[in-house]
Amino acid sequence: MSNFSVGFRQHDSVHILDLHGELDAHTAPELEAALQQCLRNGNYQILINGRDLDYISSAGLGVFMAYIEEIREKGGDLKIAELKPSVYNVFDLLGFPLLFDILPSEAEALERFARGERPTLPAT
Amino acid sequence: MANAQRFLLLKRPEAAVGHTLYTLRIPSTTRHLKTVRRFVERHARAAGLSSEVIEQLKLAVDEACTNVIKHAYKGRPDQPIDIAVLIEPDRFIVRIRDQGEAFDPVHYRAPDLPALIRRRQGGGLGVRLIRQLMDEVTYQSRGRYNEVQLIKYLARSGTALPPSANA
Repeated sequence: MSNFSVGFRQHDSVHILDLHGELDAHTAPELEAALQQCLRNGNYQILINGRDLDYISSAGLGVFMAYIEEIREKGGDLKIAELKPSVYNVFDLLGFPLLFDILPSEAEALERFARGERPTLPAT
Repeated sequence: MANAQRFLLLKRPEAAVGHTLYTLRIPSTTRHLKTVRRFVERHARAAGLSSEVIEQLKLAVDEACTNVIKHAYKGRPDQPIDIAVLIEPDRFIVRIRDQGEAFDPVHYRAPDLPALIRRRQGGGLGVRLIRQLMDEVTYQSRGRYNEVQLIKYLARSGTALPPSANA
């Protein structure tokens, strides 16, 4: 019995993944499978909604790290919205807010998709 | 103080003077990470630690156990991982022991996030996270055991003992 699940929604061309429960090394493969499904279907505008995400470890963050380059190369982006403060803290500790669009609300994230804005990695 | 000691001895059979110990053993699969987090959360809450510190301890023990499963035991299931919570007057310690391959903290280099992303690599941040979350982290190899201790100082981060223990 998994304590994590992913729900799918769509808003125009943006595919929204609703994360529920606890994301750790045991459940991260479920998030990875959901992302791979988006990419297989040619969907590169992905919004992660963390409203019901109660916990994340580095294994969960690792899924975003592993796919963001491929998604941006295809002209898309992966943005993250509505994280709980305790979950946002983990992203923040590792420096994710500089490299990923992390927005307080889903509406703001959708606006950024509509404007075509996305962060870029610092030059090497 | 005599009262305090009697309280600890009565409540907790394994208690030594000013030092309380709870233990949990899990097999080396990620399925049990949730159990470990609940175990640490329960004892950290009972010790009166703040929600923020409880979240930090849960994450640090999760990362440490994940590393044991993936690196010390290289994904082999059914190897033992022993977790202990030690409550001392000035510190809350989570001790993790395994019998797998030792981790070498001396040669560990904290990875750079943009570099990992460029390599499409989704890992390697656990040790860095543990060090950021804890006040002190120690590693030791003793005989067959590897041991990591995740330490939070109580003076800085919360209440040391349950109120009745200070009576």
